[in-house]
Amino acid sequence: MTALARPEAISAHPLAPTPYVVRRRTIETSDTTTLVLTPTKDALPPSHHPGQFNMLYLYGVGEAAISIAGDPLAPNEIVHTVRAAGKVTNALAQLEPGSTVGVRGPYGTGWPLVEAAGHDVVIVAGGLGLPPLRGVLREVFMHRERYGRVEIIYGARSPRDLVYYTEIQDWRGRPDIRFQTTVDAAGREWYGDVGLVTARIPDARFDPANSVAFLCGPEIMMKLTAQALETRGIRDDAIWVSLERNMKCAIGLCGHCQFGPDFVCRDGPVFVYRDVRRLFGVREV
Amino acid sequence: MSTSPKHATKLRLSEHRFFQGFEGPLVGLLQKEAIEQTYGPGDLLVREGDPADKFLLIYEGKVALEIATPGKPHLTIETIGAGDALGWSWLFPPQEWRLDGRALKATRALVLDAEFVRFTLDHHPTEGYRFVLRLLPIIAERLENTRVQLLDIYGA
Ligand SMILES: Cc1cc2nc3c(=O)[nH]c(=O)nc-3n(C[C@H](O)[C@H](O)[C@H](O)COP(=O)(O)OP(=O)(O)OC[C@H]3O[C@@H](n4cnc5c(N)ncnc54)[C@H](O)[C@@H]3O)c2cc1C
Ligand code: FES
Repeated sequence: MTALARPEAISAHPLAPTPYVVRRRTIETSDTTTLVLTPTKDALPPSHHPGQFNMLYLYGVGEAAISIAGDPLAPNEIVHTVRAAGKVTNALAQLEPGSTVGVRGPYGTGWPLVEAAGHDVVIVAGGLGLPPLRGVLREVFMHRERYGRVEIIYGARSPRDLVYYTEIQDWRGRPDIRFQTTVDAAGREWYGDVGLVTARIPDARFDPANSVAFLCGPEIMMKLTAQALETRGIRDDAIWVSLERNMKCAIGLCGHCQFGPDFVCRDGPVFVYRDVRRLFGVREV
Repeated sequence: MSTSPKHATKLRLSEHRFFQGFEGPLVGLLQKEAIEQTYGPGDLLVREGDPADKFLLIYEGKVALEIATPGKPHLTIETIGAGDALGWSWLFPPQEWRLDGRALKATRALVLDAEFVRFTLDHHPTEGYRFVLRLLPIIAERLENTRVQLLDIYGA
């Protein structure tokens, strides 16, 4: 079998997207779709680290930063979960199998899995914060022995807004982790938890002195969750958050994504909470 | 729903999160009057509009706090479970439940007669004050959580 080339070789200019084809499309919720992409040329996607993102480009429409939601151990394809929020993401969410999309990346830092080894891992995701953590879950499941207790808390607006619904059922059934789902409000058909993700922290099983926490979701959710984790005794340098800012170049040139002294595209999106906490909740950062 | 007679319960108030580390005779006095109740899935622990005549401490299970809007299905706004206290409507006028509490699975609780608790708190004001200080953070947390839920932070 001939080894496939990595597409760094295909796209020479750092801002030039590489064409990919949509192979599969899964409708997750009323506004969210998962796309599985492969390069159009005979090549493998560049390797990535969970937590990184790509810039997805649609000719004549524009470009958007979208986290890589796939499995770093499945190198033949890349997976993105897109919520239709505006012009570009609306168009991306409607792509049918066979459509072409431009991809550049991967960009940014990822989740610190090396640092997490040997520790209890607390993962808290809210809304569309689960896709950027999906690669972490896959890695943790694949190398379960490397980590201590694994506690995952996923919050969404309602049961209808949960992404990866079928996969979640599998994850919840695993005896070697605890996966809790909670929604903001629900009807009687829902037998799961209702309430904020923070309400699940007091009973979460982890050793605060030997844990790392990965948080991804709306900033206010991450702030409240970090506070709840600190109340349990986790230090702020063991908590990691993934931030979102409007992006243009994604390679640290244009300054669009500035967050205090950092550029989210280059220095993030994953940051140690200690380094960014003072900017959390500050308007117009 | 099933009820065990007073004194028969093995559940200890002092072992519930609400009373953990609570010193003084109050807990012992309340324990004597505590009744253990078990609820099956679907059973109502409290019903909106009914007199709030009891204070419930959950030891096991899961309870949905629901609000009913005329013409609309019931909406669960929070679930509580082991270690939680159910509501505070019993402490303040008009002492009427403002929501339904419905067991989602088999649930065990210690139930205290609200009038007896109020009477005991009145007669032990120092401990009564500490008791209220334990209840207030629960109220404050529910208020803050409701505020965040209203923000619809995950909304599109
Ligand atoms: C590192 C990173 C990872 C991301 N991962 C994902 C992902 O996995 N899936 C996904 O669906 N979206 C993700 N986003 C958000 C996505 O990039 C924006 O929703 C998208 O750029 C909006 O572009 P648009 O043309 O569709 O909307 P626009 O028409 O430009 O804007 C629509 C609305 O979205 C707001 N918006 C624009 N950009 C952002 C942003 N970066 N963050 C928050 N709100 C924004 C606008 O203020 C406006 O209210 C990520 C963003 C970043 C920075
Ligand atoms: S998007 Fe240009 S510097 Fe980050």
